Amino acid sequence: MTFTRETDHGTPPALAAGKPVTLTIDGQSIALPEGTSIMRAASLMGGSIPKLCATDNVASFGSCRLCLVEVEGRNGYPASCTTPIAEGMVVHTQTERLQKLRRGVMELYISDHPLDCLTCGANGDCELQDQAGAVGLRDVRYGYDGATNMGQAKDQSNPYFDFDPSKCIVCSRCVRACDEVQGTFALTIEGNGFSSKVSVGSNNDFISSDCVSCGACVQACPTAALIEKKVVEIGKPDRAVVTTCAYCGVGCTFRAEMRGEQLVRMVPWKDGKANHGHSCVKGRFAWGYAQHQDRILNPMIRASVDAPWREVSWDEAIAYTASEFRRIQAKYGVRSVGGITSSRCTNEETFLVQKLVRQGFGNNNVDTCARVCHSPTGYGLKTTFGTSAGTQDFDSVAQTDVILVIGANPTDAHPVFGSRMKQRLREGAKLIVVDPRRIDLVRSPHVVAEHHLALRPGTNVAVLTAMAHVVVTEGLANEAYIRARCDWDEYQDWAAFVSQAGRSPEAIEPLTGVLAADVRGAARLYATGGKAAIYYGLGVTEHSQGSSTVMAIANLAMATGNVGVEGVGVNPLRGQNNVQGACDMGSFPHEFSGYRHVSDGATRKLFEDAWGVPLDSEPGLRIPNMLDAATDGVFKGIFIQGEDILQSDPNTHHVAAGLAAMECVVVQDLFLNETANYAHVFLPGSTFLEKDGTFTNAERRIQRVRKVMAPINGHADWEIVQLVANAMGLGWNYTHPSEIMDEIAALTPTFAGVNYDALDTHGSLQWPVNAAAPEGTPTMHIDGFVRGKGKFVVTDYVPTDEKTGPRFPLLLTTGRILSHYNVGAQTRRTENVAWHPEDRLEIHPSDAENRGIKHGDWLSLRSRAGETSLRALVTDRVAPGVVYTTFHHHTQANVITTDYSDWATNCPEYKVTAVQVALSNGPSDWQEEYADQARRSRRIDVEAAE
Amino acid sequence: MTRVFISRDMASVALGADALAQAFAQAGCDVVRTGSRGLFSIEPLVEVESAGERIGYGPVGVGDVENVLDGTHPNRLGNVAALPFFASQQRFTFARCGITDPLSLDDYAAHGGWAGLNAARAMTPQQVVDAVKMSGLRGRGGAGFPTGIKWQTVLDAQADEKFIVCNADEGDSGTFADRMLMEGDPYCLIEGMAIAAHAAGAGHGYIYIRSEYPFAVDIMRAAIVKAAHIIAPFTLEVRAGAGAYVCGEETALLDSIEGKRGQVRAKPPLPAIEGLFGKPTVINNVLSLAAVPFIMAQGGEAYAAVGFGRSRGTMPVQLAGNIKNGGLYEIGFGITLGELVNDIGGGTASGRPVRAVQVGGPLGAYFPPHMFHVPFDYEAFAQVGGLIGHAGVTVFDDTVDMAHMARFAMEFCAVESCGKCTPCRIGSVRGVEVIDKLMAARAPLAAAVPDALPGRLAATLYSRAPDRIDTSAKAQHDLLRDLCDTMKFGSLCALGGFTPYPVLSALEHFPEDFGAPPTSMPEAAE
Repeated sequence: MTFTRETDHGTPPALAAGKPVTLTIDGQSIALPEGTSIMRAASLMGGSIPKLCATDNVASFGSCRLCLVEVEGRNGYPASCTTPIAEGMVVHTQTERLQKLRRGVMELYISDHPLDCLTCGANGDCELQDQAGAVGLRDVRYGYDGATNMGQAKDQSNPYFDFDPSKCIVCSRCVRACDEVQGTFALTIEGNGFSSKVSVGSNNDFISSDCVSCGACVQACPTAALIEKKVVEIGKPDRAVVTTCAYCGVGCTFRAEMRGEQLVRMVPWKDGKANHGHSCVKGRFAWGYAQHQDRILNPMIRASVDAPWREVSWDEAIAYTASEFRRIQAKYGVRSVGGITSSRCTNEETFLVQKLVRQGFGNNNVDTCARVCHSPTGYGLKTTFGTSAGTQDFDSVAQTDVILVIGANPTDAHPVFGSRMKQRLREGAKLIVVDPRRIDLVRSPHVVAEHHLALRPGTNVAVLTAMAHVVVTEGLANEAYIRARCDWDEYQDWAAFVSQAGRSPEAIEPLTGVLAADVRGAARLYATGGKAAIYYGLGVTEHSQGSSTVMAIANLAMATGNVGVEGVGVNPLRGQNNVQGACDMGSFPHEFSGYRHVSDGATRKLFEDAWGVPLDSEPGLRIPNMLDAATDGVFKGIFIQGEDILQSDPNTHHVAAGLAAMECVVVQDLFLNETANYAHVFLPGSTFLEKDGTFTNAERRIQRVRKVMAPINGHADWEIVQLVANAMGLGWNYTHPSEIMDEIAALTPTFAGVNYDALDTHGSLQWPVNAAAPEGTPTMHIDGFVRGKGKFVVTDYVPTDEKTGPRFPLLLTTGRILSHYNVGAQTRRTENVAWHPEDRLEIHPSDAENRGIKHGDWLSLRSRAGETSLRALVTDRVAPGVVYTTFHHHTQANVITTDYSDWATNCPEYKVTAVQVALSNGPSDWQEEYADQARRSRRIDVEAAE
Repeated sequence: MTRVFISRDMASVALGADALAQAFAQAGCDVVRTGSRGLFSIEPLVEVESAGERIGYGPVGVGDVENVLDGTHPNRLGNVAALPFFASQQRFTFARCGITDPLSLDDYAAHGGWAGLNAARAMTPQQVVDAVKMSGLRGRGGAGFPTGIKWQTVLDAQADEKFIVCNADEGDSGTFADRMLMEGDPYCLIEGMAIAAHAAGAGHGYIYIRSEYPFAVDIMRAAIVKAAHIIAPFTLEVRAGAGAYVCGEETALLDSIEGKRGQVRAKPPLPAIEGLFGKPTVINNVLSLAAVPFIMAQGGEAYAAVGFGRSRGTMPVQLAGNIKNGGLYEIGFGITLGELVNDIGGGTASGRPVRAVQVGGPLGAYFPPHMFHVPFDYEAFAQVGGLIGHAGVTVFDDTVDMAHMARFAMEFCAVESCGKCTPCRIGSVRGVEVIDKLMAARAPLAAAVPDALPGRLAATLYSRAPDRIDTSAKAQHDLLRDLCDTMKFGSLCALGGFTPYPVLSALEHFPEDFGAPPTSMPEAAE
């Protein structure tokens, strides 16, 4: 594949609904929707009108004046980017007159531009260079002695890109991309006339500005004014491969632009249906971990976790792994081992791990990290709607009138979708935020929430039920919808329940801390403001009532008729790149792929026939149960692919004890993670750049992951699992992940129509993909709920057992920050640490003052479960009584979190922990001991390897 | 008590009217502060009321109070309105200016005020728009777009909210009609805007006044408060500019009101469809809106009855620069440039021969006396490479250096450019530089072309190597013309687009100021 830039039609498409208009451009006739620009029309016909300030992901601007055209019957030379097509219009885009005008404009540009093309980072990939060629500029007659903007200092403060104002042509594309695409409004044009220049607001440089480093400006820049440092360092890419980002559940597709085997840059793909050409700092720039020196490239084993690692051959590692599992099963029983699939790995790899457990281990002891994030989503939505997934695609938000965000922080955790949401909000949609913390969406440039219900952590169900109370008692329920699509009797029971006086906003106010008027206002807006959509995250699920909260959300959506069309729905924002896929692939101990219970004989027979072994009809152990069983001495071996349970699961001490009690812990990962401190076998994993496969994002969209370079560890993850399986005698013979997908499709009705050819043809597919929906299903439940009648479930508010008291008076809640991802294994190994070098504890000024805490002080953070320490960030983003931290660094916030979990799914209650905060001198004793132990545990015996 | 009338207009105050008013008040007179009559050679002017008549004296100073009051002052003008400068005018728009107390609602009503609004409110919006169409009124800000058609577009646009915006960002040097009207007859503008609001279906209006007009800002604000009950439910507010000339461009003005950086928007969409805050907006110049009360009160036909060709009604011409009778002269279209400059204006103030007249502000073309036969008319001016603009007429005598004036045009554009479009942003700066080279070349001692990149490498570097630049006067002439072509046809708005008018007209009519004709030009640069 050779390197070509993506086609840029200059201006965004008109609404497809516009009536067709026929015009003639350079003698050729074309019909396009009303509202299309002449520039886009010419481009779609294969022509090219010179342009510099126009690019098709921002509105036309009309400043460069290169795209002038002649329109018969009109005076002057209209700019083709800002002039819409009209019926019967006759346009000439290439005349001598236009050539002269364009050359005149270009002569002016070049009179203020350095002519160091041969040594410029953008050489060969510069629109200014291309257009100068296109208009045939041969001389710049103004000479060299005039005024100039050249010679200004570069801003190299951003770790990923440089800003060189000398090369800026003031087209404003960066400013407009920041405003219109990203919605951050960090850039502006300062000064006027000849001294106009791009400025990062009142700050001096990019790194200290509001810039979120999403890369939209760099992508928009037509010259080398904004350019990736990697391009400057390596040079122009020579090929590009479209693949899918391995960070969050948005599932952005990127062009991995390569020079040989070297990755030069990741550029968001305009045809990507989840991201439409946008990106965030993680996917765009934070891929350096893939080549980080910490990556382990050779398999290692050790007899005991106190011993140093010994590097071994793949054969030895695989043989040892297989023999250990067989040994343990022989000694402690079939159910004494299990596995954990990874939401970071591909569908195909996940499927293989659960197959290894079910077919090879002969039990159902398989679980996945969704246990600790969205398992309540699976339970709640399956119960109410019949499907364990969100109801919409991301594009749906463009039709939404009211956006209700609960327990999610899209601009940090799902930034590309956050930007889409903000676009819609700037267009006039209304916003309700339910979150204990004042997240950025509550008030950011040109976006302000109508209602921010800053509830006390742990009271989601009370607030949502109170909203339902308002909907029902004020007659705002959509009775026709409910009668047609839901079970009417169940609705009536539910309506009677929510109507009780004790559920009213006024009654719950003392409990939740939210003013009744706000709850009423939010409920009325949600019920009557037009198409209303709910987006939620782990602030909903990671509670003792996580599943209840999901069902309360579903109730509210059904009661107001907000499911089954575009623009509405219930949308879990999935945390990880493939957490949806991992769940779909049968990673849970009670379900085969496609959410079919292991006790279902017909389904089991299907798999037994395919795999040639009898399968266990008893659900297996969930992760917390595996750990409990380990400490009880009955669970002895585990295969963990791409998950760091020691850092990410609650109550670190308990996890450590469980792992320590096992005889064989196999960790397959990129790095020696925290869990590996307790491992006996380490199998080096491969990155998403090094393998083929698919990820399924939060909108059920199955997208291809494509190998852009050979695995530097030697094997793709799916190959490693196959090696283990075959060492256990399972006789697998997959030669490519597409064959695994074919098996998934054959065994899973919702994936029946999925194969790599179809994915290549359509770009991506949203399950269900089957005979009824061969091109996939963007919106679910259109003609009726998947389960038949929508089910209203009574959701009684039960306060969590985790309660504040004199010893632990504050409530700790946790979340993510933009620049980092989950436990930080990847992002801490990138330049993203420039923005967030450590976790901090957000604490309200009044709570801080009571404890004598100042900004930046070291604090100890104690709960009933444990203690850690970190520094203070005093802010009124959190309410009094609430503290907040991220968990990206080695703070080990999960030392603090408790064993409490969701009543239905065991999803841990990360979001509510009663704590006390006090000044301290630095890292706690435990932290220092742990760091020591981790250092010891990571020793690699070099001699042994030789 | 004797009643005297003294202007509170900024120009009159600059000439001493405040001190004069104080002096008359101290002498026991009842001083009425009016707007200015509009002839600056007689300012400061005092008019003394006696026997129902107003006898003018001007210019007078604070020491002249006694002589004025006893009627012996030598600058006694008699009935000012009868002076030829005034008697020959057709004051449709400025009928009250200089006569009434600007903030007196009684005065306004007594002089025919609100008749237009009352007439309009008795009609349907469409009837009002039709009357404005019939009047032939065209945009007095300079573009000359038919006002009625603009209003029709806004009337037809479907929206929950519409706006009326008055462009009072009168930035052209040598123009002052908007300021005089706002300071001298603010209710006239308010009435015009209220009529526009009725016609277009707008609820709120903005008057965007340049910050250099503090008197106008104060008077308009006071007038809006006093007239609120009359124009209700329509509401108005004043927004003061921040010193940017380009905010007189209508779309940049809208951005400025919205709180953004004043930068020109590409059209379409037209402001009439998507204007202020994205809503349909009537945006008109002060003079366009202030012409409307007359049209509604007297009928579109009465307004259209005067004029020339497709330019109907009157134009408040502003005579400025080196001219004897500087001031405001409202007259029907069709008067020739020569009549304005020589007959009305009385030639130059310096007494030297007129050499050039710039019409239409700093971006208007220069006319030599041999073109004085051209009638004041949008089309006639366009035909000879000029424009009427906001009807500023600036006179220069034979000491003017027209190359310098051409340079000034480019410099003005460079200083005032918003920086959005390339021809204006870079072209204006290059224009100054090219004219500098031409001016240097015509001087006895030609400046050496600086060697910006010394050394052998530099000389071979690409197209900008000094030895590849043709610095001959002919080449620079050609370059200047090419640059003007790029700016005129390539610029986004009239600032860059009209800057070539003064430059090209100076080149065309006064080539000698740019050095000898190119053909016989020595290679001055060498």
